[in-house]
Amino acid sequence: MQQPDGAPIEIDLSRPSAARVYDYFLGGAHNFEVDRQLADQIAAMTPNLPATMRAGREFLRRAVRVLLDAGIDQFLDIGSGIPTVGNVHEVAQAANPQARVVYVDIDPVAVAHSRQLLAGNESTGVIHADLRDPQRILAETRALHLLDFDRPLGILLAGVVHFVPDADRPGDILATLRAAAAPGSHLVISHSTFEDQPQEMLDAQRLSARTSTEITLRSRAEITSFFGDWTILEPGVVHMELWRPDSPSDVAADAQRFGAFGAVARNDDVAG
Amino acid sequence: MSAVGAPGGRAVDPAGAHNYATEWAQAVRRLGFVPMSAADTERLLLSYTLRLAEALLHADEVAPVAAEVGQALVEAHLTEPDMIEWSVRSLADRLPDQVLGGSTGLDDRIAVAQGALAAGFARALRDRTFAQQERIARSAWQARDDVERALRDSEARFRAVFRGAAIGIGIADVDGQIIDVNQPFADMLGYSIEEMRQLNVTALFHHDDAPGMWELYGELIEGKHESARVEKRYYRKDGTSVWTDLAVSLIRHDDGRPRFTIAVAEDITQRYELQRRLRFQALHDPLTELPNRTLFFETLSRLLSASGRVGVCFLDLDGFKAINDSLGHDVGDRLLMTIARRLAGCVAEYGYLVARMGGDEFVILVDGDAGVDNMIAVAELALTAVSAPVFIDDHQLMVSASVGIVASDLVGTSAAELMKAADTTLYWAKAEGRGRWAVYDPERSARDIARSTLLAGLPVALDRDEFVLHYQPIVSLLDGRMLAVEALVRWQHPELGLIGPDRFIGLAEETGLIVRLGEWVLRQACRDARRWHVDFPEARLVVSVNLAARQADAPVIVDTVADALSSSGLPAELLQLELTESAVMGSGGEPLRTLYRLAELGVRLAVDDFGTGYSNLAYLRRLPITCLKLAAPFVEGIRGDEPDAADHRDERIVDALVRLAHALELWVTAEAVETEPQAERLRALRCDSAQGRLFGPPAPAAAISTRLAGG
Ligand SMILES: C[S@@+](CC[C@H](N)C(=O)[O-])C[C@H]1O[C@@H](n2cnc3c(N)ncnc32)[C@H](O)[C@@H]1O
Repeated sequence: MQQPDGAPIEIDLSRPSAARVYDYFLGGAHNFEVDRQLADQIAAMTPNLPATMRAGREFLRRAVRVLLDAGIDQFLDIGSGIPTVGNVHEVAQAANPQARVVYVDIDPVAVAHSRQLLAGNESTGVIHADLRDPQRILAETRALHLLDFDRPLGILLAGVVHFVPDADRPGDILATLRAAAAPGSHLVISHSTFEDQPQEMLDAQRLSARTSTEITLRSRAEITSFFGDWTILEPGVVHMELWRPDSPSDVAADAQRFGAFGAVARNDDVAG
Repeated sequence: MSAVGAPGGRAVDPAGAHNYATEWAQAVRRLGFVPMSAADTERLLLSYTLRLAEALLHADEVAPVAAEVGQALVEAHLTEPDMIEWSVRSLADRLPDQVLGGSTGLDDRIAVAQGALAAGFARALRDRTFAQQERIARSAWQARDDVERALRDSEARFRAVFRGAAIGIGIADVDGQIIDVNQPFADMLGYSIEEMRQLNVTALFHHDDAPGMWELYGELIEGKHESARVEKRYYRKDGTSVWTDLAVSLIRHDDGRPRFTIAVAEDITQRYELQRRLRFQALHDPLTELPNRTLFFETLSRLLSASGRVGVCFLDLDGFKAINDSLGHDVGDRLLMTIARRLAGCVAEYGYLVARMGGDEFVILVDGDAGVDNMIAVAELALTAVSAPVFIDDHQLMVSASVGIVASDLVGTSAAELMKAADTTLYWAKAEGRGRWAVYDPERSARDIARSTLLAGLPVALDRDEFVLHYQPIVSLLDGRMLAVEALVRWQHPELGLIGPDRFIGLAEETGLIVRLGEWVLRQACRDARRWHVDFPEARLVVSVNLAARQADAPVIVDTVADALSSSGLPAELLQLELTESAVMGSGGEPLRTLYRLAELGVRLAVDDFGTGYSNLAYLRRLPITCLKLAAPFVEGIRGDEPDAADHRDERIVDALVRLAHALELWVTAEAVETEPQAERLRALRCDSAQGRLFGPPAPAAAISTRLAGG
């Protein structure tokens, strides 16, 4: 549905969209029949998946809180999806009303939706762009004059890097984004993995090809490499549920069931 | 107020409420997605617990409060069906016991609260769902609108460009079928838009299309190129042609398959014509409109590098300057125009290029059959065309021309060389008179060139001491003694090496340089002879020096000879001067006066090449001559080895000449004696002395010294 330059050439509402399927799993009604059908199919094959989605959202919320506590007050949320509930700007602005957030997504419907929802919120911006073109994301973000690239920035890549196949060189994309961030910046990534996973997870991954994009599962090492030379915060690259849970009771014995790693790193480069 | 109406005077137990909220929070977090931390969830649910508990104690508040809580649950996004189920059931099963100390007497209110909570929840959820559905649909349409507007905008922009452009734009599918063109394109080719839409681009082939143009188009529609740019000529509907600057771009399907081509064409006919006119002007002579020398040389070079075999007739009018001077430039110009027309006409059918090289010079470039016969035929055609009378005003002019003919196979493939040869050949033709042609002769040209090289070098050579003398022995046929040596001049040319006198004496005579050269020879020979006389006095070796007619003719020769003798110290009787018969006779037909004065000096005089001129024997008898040298042809006729008729005739002549000489009391020397049998015969005929290869070739002075020394 996308031309290489990022301009949509048509919107096909008869195909499910990752953003709307995700919204449905989170209990939202920002979705259509096709999205719900696919979501139900996925859920039927992998009963864990709705919980995985929720776990991803919860990881993001916890990570944002950690960043806020570290003094980060500006966020670049790439692959933001349809902000159903617990959006980054809600979490951030609840803690710091001055916090600024720029949302980026490839899905034109998600972007249009975000714009509607955020109309009138002066501290947020929405960009329609492709993660695979990080230069453009950076340029458009700068053009909004919302974020100050000379100050620490929170870059959020929750549940999105796995949509970028190896052929599109995700390592280079991450390097470009990291290079644009001032010292003290934080990078948040959650990413699906095949490590510790049963077969049905891998089958579901194949099914997700029916949304616009296919998912590439990656190893812990690969995901770790996306942080480059930044300092990975405790507890490292771990199954999402294990990343700084609200309470020990939130952690189930089978934390690996969600099939996704989460981690946060900080740019400790003094020279930069 | 709180206790009023509370059944049994019950009150809310804070600790119980706390416990209830904790369980509730754990339940919802277990049952579905909660976008809050555990603590926040518990805090939120504690407030609901307290409100519900208070409401159950006041009959009139139960329904509205429970409904509000139901709505608040939706707002907090606690919307999972399992969550509401837990919340509704626990309102009856747990809350009264845990928070209110039991349900006794509250059953009706609890049922009301359950109903109101569920209704409030359902109403809020329905509203939220409607709102979200509405929002997502609006977003979808908005997004679709954005995209469509972008498409419409770009389509509109394209349409605007397409319709409004001054330039021709056309779209065709990959089969070449034209789908649409704009008005300027249709106008350019003289069709209506409708007619153009019926055409296939292959119908727009033009025989002038550059090679490879259609292959390029084929590769374009196969997707091998994105675009191509060419200069293309089109036939208009009316058959005339139009030149365009054409750019064709490929439009692909989403999956990359070629879909359309878009052609953008600009009419450059005028620019092209202008260029052509400018080029014509640059390459043609304005007076005659014939190709000029630039175009001629361009064409010549191209043909030479292509085939290599071309011919040129280089033509120049005879006496044109006289016509120009006497009748004026206007008549001269009109004559040239007429001649130009005739020349172009006479070879028009062969397609030969006729160019004006400037002034009254024209050239016909024969390509194809450049054989000599055809070239001569062309030259004669041209001469005939020129020779017909030309009428200008009331003048009748008879003109002729000369033609130099050159074919490239004789000269090589350099245009400059070819034209230089043509120029030389034209000069030969002119030298032979008017109305002639001449064919280039490489040997003659080489001679001409050598001649002029030598001619140019002669005067300097004398100053630079480039001449040397060689001496050829003259021996007695009686006893074989060397009686004399003939001085023969050689030119030690810095580039050409040692050159014999036959190649430069003629030139020296033509230019008059012979006088200075002759004097040098004389003085040098005297010096050498004096040396031999000093070294070998008893040899009494005579040195024999040739005097050219021009030298002998000049009265100063006597002083020169006298001075050569005195300054060298050579006794006069050891110097012999050789003159040809004609030199002896002088230009006046009478013998030279100077001979007597030379003879008075005491030098010996010999007649060279005797028998080849017309000697007046009467004079011969009275002249102070001491020797006759028999011309080489008579001597060559005497072979001695196989006597035949010819030998006999030459022998008889030699015999007669020897007798004649002896009768006149003259010595006889035979020249060019090559063999012993020849020498034998000459001896038998009583010839006195001889010279020739048999007795030694011309050699440097040192070699003669050696021979005198007995070497
Ligand atoms: C699973 S959702 C994640 C939403 C949100 N970040 C979260 O973690 O709750 C993935 C989102 O990434 C977007 N996405 C997928 N590929 C993308 C790409 N190449 N560039 C930008 N966004 C992309 C999808 O449209 C979708 O909205």
